[in-house]
Amino acid sequence: MTALLEILKKHPFFEELDPNIIEMMANCATEATFQPGTFLFHEGEEADRFFLIRRGRVALELNVPGMGPRTIQTIHEGDVLGWSWLFPPYRWHFDARALDVVRTVVFNGKCLRGKFEEHPRLGYEIMKRFAQIIVRRLQATRMQLLDIYGTPKPVQKR
Amino acid sequence: MQTHTSTAPAPQALTDPMLPRLYRIRRRRRDIPQVFTFEMEPVDGGPAMTFQPGQFNMLYVFGVGEVPISISGDPDRPQVLVHTIREVGTVTRALCALKRGDVLGVRGPFGTGWPLDEAHGYDVVIVAGGIGLAPLRPAIYRLLARREHYGRVSLLYGARTPRDLLYMRELQEWRGRFDIEVEVTVDHADEHWRGNVGVVTTLIPWAQFDPRETIALVCGPEIMMRFTVRELMRRGVPEDRIYLSMERNMKCGIGLCGHCQFGPFFVCQDGPVFRYDQIAHLFWKREI
Repeated sequence: MTALLEILKKHPFFEELDPNIIEMMANCATEATFQPGTFLFHEGEEADRFFLIRRGRVALELNVPGMGPRTIQTIHEGDVLGWSWLFPPYRWHFDARALDVVRTVVFNGKCLRGKFEEHPRLGYEIMKRFAQIIVRRLQATRMQLLDIYGTPKPVQKR
Repeated sequence: MQTHTSTAPAPQALTDPMLPRLYRIRRRRRDIPQVFTFEMEPVDGGPAMTFQPGQFNMLYVFGVGEVPISISGDPDRPQVLVHTIREVGTVTRALCALKRGDVLGVRGPFGTGWPLDEAHGYDVVIVAGGIGLAPLRPAIYRLLARREHYGRVSLLYGARTPRDLLYMRELQEWRGRFDIEVEVTVDHADEHWRGNVGVVTTLIPWAQFDPRETIALVCGPEIMMRFTVRELMRRGVPEDRIYLSMERNMKCGIGLCGHCQFGPFFVCQDGPVFRYDQIAHLFWKREI
């Protein structure tokens, strides 16, 4: 437990977080390693956990019929992976595949949701952090949608 | 109205900045779809054009027109003038159609360069998007040639797809070095791509640099630069250590005609490289 606590304290997601909160979170966490090519989760499965990526990269993929798997985004060392465990219906929306040897800390979503109900402050702190991650990913996705590197078209005068 | 100073050797004096010098294309290479790199040498066999990384030339296709194009070659090998050009309009299409042995007019070099002397002792993070890597390549050559003057050097490069990655051979070569971190990402990829997917700003949080002791050089589409500035500042890079290469409708190259006016600045003369804090009040204005 001490080793896990040390890992969590050093992770950017837990930066400046009350040590008591980190300790509560640690009670729902365990370490896991994934070999390259293996899946952390699959689309449609129950989303009952989230991951802190300590080492390696993970591809978030969507399988497109007739085109095969398409990578939507790469998740890096230091990132947090998975927020579907926070909201009903608690199902993954993508596949997550390890690109390298991926070392993670895995949090049990059910365990955490229970703690959030008991300790609203813990829930609020963690939700704030997830909200930041979600907003940043949304902004990045908007930029991705703009196709900014394409050939600019002349502005139509109205 | 110079936006920053540099102690780099001054570019050669222009006798008449409006008079093009003739250059012959020595080599033409298609880098990626619609993007070509030209190596040129002066027809008169005279002295090479010295330049600061980040400066641009006006390239003249006779009978068609003139366009501003950043210099993308090695500043320490000025005998070959190198430009990377993307076909986007009438003049650039005509430029890209030129062949080995053809002659074109060149005026320049114009504008401000990247602050490579000011960056001595600092970490340097280079953020490039799409063809924005071309104006940064001379800076990378210079940084690597004088590597001992700098702290950590990181190149973060984003493109649309793996097919659109510019200077692939050099990216691989730089990636193989131990003194520069190179991270590449694409917006869209198929299952064969094993690299990163996501916009270039997603690389910033994890790049190896000390934000308080870093100078950032940024070039790419303006929207990408806006997101990049936000992400660099969120990471803690001060406003006055972020440099951007701006693009406007440069025509004369010497601050006379006013086509490239950007608030109180002329991009051809006061830019194209600006320090962010000096243009921050204009950068987010839609009307400018």
